[in-house]
Amino acid sequence: MISLLATRLTSVVLVMLVVSALSFSIFNFLGDPVNNILGVNATLAQREELRVALGLDQSTFVQFWRFVERAVVGDFGVSYRNRQPVVDLILARLPATLELVLCATIIALAVGIPMGVYTALRPRGLVSRTLQFGSLLGISMPQFLIGMLLILVFSVELRWLSAFGRGDVVTLGWWTTGLLTASGVKALIMPTITLAVFQVSMIMRLVRGEMLEVVRTDFVKFARARGLSDRAVYLTHALRNSLLPVITITGLQIGSLIAFAIVVEAVFQWPGMGMLILQAIEFADFPVMAAYLAFVGFSFVTINLIVDLIYLAVDPRLRAK
Amino acid sequence: MSQFVLRLKAIGNSELAWRFRTSPPVIFATVVLVTLVFCAAAANLIAPHNPFDPATLNIMDARLPPAWINGGSSTYLLGTDEQGRDILSTIFYGMRVSILVGIAAVAFSMTIGVALGLIAGYLGGWVDTIIMRLGDIQLSFPTIMIAFFIDGVAKIVMPIGMREEMRFYVVILAIGVADWVQFARTVRAATMIERRKDYVAAARISEVGGFRILLAHILPNTIGPVLVLATLGLGVAILTEAILSFLGLGMPPSQPSLGTLIRAGNDLLLSGEWWIALFPGAALVLLVLAVNIVGDWLRDVLNPRLR
Repeated sequence: MISLLATRLTSVVLVMLVVSALSFSIFNFLGDPVNNILGVNATLAQREELRVALGLDQSTFVQFWRFVERAVVGDFGVSYRNRQPVVDLILARLPATLELVLCATIIALAVGIPMGVYTALRPRGLVSRTLQFGSLLGISMPQFLIGMLLILVFSVELRWLSAFGRGDVVTLGWWTTGLLTASGVKALIMPTITLAVFQVSMIMRLVRGEMLEVVRTDFVKFARARGLSDRAVYLTHALRNSLLPVITITGLQIGSLIAFAIVVEAVFQWPGMGMLILQAIEFADFPVMAAYLAFVGFSFVTINLIVDLIYLAVDPRLRAK
Repeated sequence: MSQFVLRLKAIGNSELAWRFRTSPPVIFATVVLVTLVFCAAAANLIAPHNPFDPATLNIMDARLPPAWINGGSSTYLLGTDEQGRDILSTIFYGMRVSILVGIAAVAFSMTIGVALGLIAGYLGGWVDTIIMRLGDIQLSFPTIMIAFFIDGVAKIVMPIGMREEMRFYVVILAIGVADWVQFARTVRAATMIERRKDYVAAARISEVGGFRILLAHILPNTIGPVLVLATLGLGVAILTEAILSFLGLGMPPSQPSLGTLIRAGNDLLLSGEWWIALFPGAALVLLVLAVNIVGDWLRDVLNPRLR
C-alpha cells in the first residue's frame, strides 16, 4: 500500500513537472515579459535594466526554477490584456466553473447510475431500449448543439430562461455563488443539463456494462440461492461491485467536464474559466494561458490522486497487498 | 473471374457477414453513413448550388427559411444563411471538410501510436518506460483539452498570412497528437505477446532485421484491434474538430466544416433563424451517430474483449 502511494506520488510530481515545463514555455518563449510591462515605447536601457531585474539574463533553467517557485505561491504575473494579476482573474472566474461542473457531476451520478441499473436488469424492455438509444445519442451529440437546442426551446420560443449569464450572485468571502438566488439557480439549469448529458449517457452505459458482468458471477447466484430479495441481491450485492470502475471514470470525467465547460460557457456566455481561456487565446494573453494550463493540470492530478485514494478505501484487495 | 465470385461468396457466408445481416440497426447506420459520405465526396457534383462561388450568390436570398415554411423558396430546400448561401449545399461541402479532417486526424494518431507501440513493445526496457510514461501523463488530460491547447497556441504563433490556409493541417495535428496513446497501448500489449512467438524467433534466426520483423511480421498480427479503435476514434475526431471549429479555433469560414457552419448560425439563433445552425448540427449528429453505431458493432464482433 505504501509502495502504491509512493508510485502515485512520483507520477504526480512527474506530471506536474511536465505541465509546468509546458506552462513555462508558453509564458517565457511565446510571451515577452519586458514588452508586457514597459510597453513597446521604452528605451533600450530601460529594457536592459528590467531584463536584469526580472532575471531574464539568467539561464533558462534558473528562470524555470524561479517560475516554479512563483507558481507555487500563485504568482503567474500580470495579464497582458487587462493588467490585473492573473491569479485574481482565475480566482474570480473559478466559482462559476466549479459550480457548473459540480452540479453536472451530481446530476450525472444521480441520473446515470439508476438508469444503468435499470437497463441492465431489464435489457429487453422498451424503456431500456429507448434509454440505450438515447445514451448513444447522448455520446454522439456535441454539447454546443444540446445547449443551442435548449436555448431555442426555453429562451427563444417559451421565454422561460435567460440564454446567457449567471443571474444574480451572492458573495461569500472571495467565492461568488449563484446557488442562493432564484435567478442564479434558473441561470444554472440549462448549462448544467447541457454539460451533464454526455456524462449521464457515459455513466449509464458503464454501470449497465458492469452490472451485466457482475450479475453473471457466482456470488450473485449464491445470494439469490440464499433466498435474498431481488432488491438486496441487485442493489446491495451487485451494484456495490459494479461501482468500482464508476469511481475511476467519474474522476476522469470531472477532468473532461472542466474541458467541456469551455464549450458550454461559450454557448451560454457563462463567466467562468472557459470564457477566460477563450479570450486569452483570442488576445494572445500568454500569462493567463500559462496559469490556466498549470491550474488545470494541477486539478487533474489532484482528482486522479483522490480517485486512487478512494479506490484504496473501498477495495480491500488493494489494502491487503 | 470465377475465383473472384467464389471469394465474394466466401465473404458473404462468413460470420461477419451473417452478423451484419442479422442486425437491422447496423445495416441502417451503414446505409446512412454511406449516403452521407457519398454526399460529402460528390458535393461538387450533387449539391444544388455552389455556395463558394460569389457570382451565384444573391444577397436578396439571405436568411430564407426552409422551403416548407412560409417565406421559404423551393430553390433552397433547407433555407439560406446570412450571405444567401444554400444551407443544403454548405452542409454537403462542410461534411466533406469534417470527414476529411476526421480521417486524417485518426490516420495521424494511428501512425504515431502504432509506431511508438511497436517500438515500446518490441524493445522493452527504458524505451518502453519512457514512451508509456509519456502516454500516462498525456492520458491524465482529456484529449479535447490537449487539442484545444495545441490549436490555440498554434493559432497565435503562426504568421498571420499563413493562419487560414494552414488551419486544416493544424487541426489535424492537434487532434492527432491528442489521441495516440490508446493506439500505442493496444499495439504495445499485442507486440509483447507476439514477439515471444516462434515465428518471430524463426525470422530472427533467418537474420531478418529488427525493423523488418516489426513491420512485416509483427504489425499485421496486431492490426485488428487497431482498426476497431480507429473506427471508434473517427467519431471522436469528427466531434473534436466540430468543437474546435465551434469555438473559433478550427476550420476558418473560408473553408467551413460542419462546426464552423454551426458557429456562424449560433449568432443568429436568438433572432429565431434556427435553420442556419440546426441543419448542419443535425448532419453532424447523424454522421457521428452512424460512425459510432458501426464502430460499436465492429468492436463487439471483432474484439469482444475490448469492451
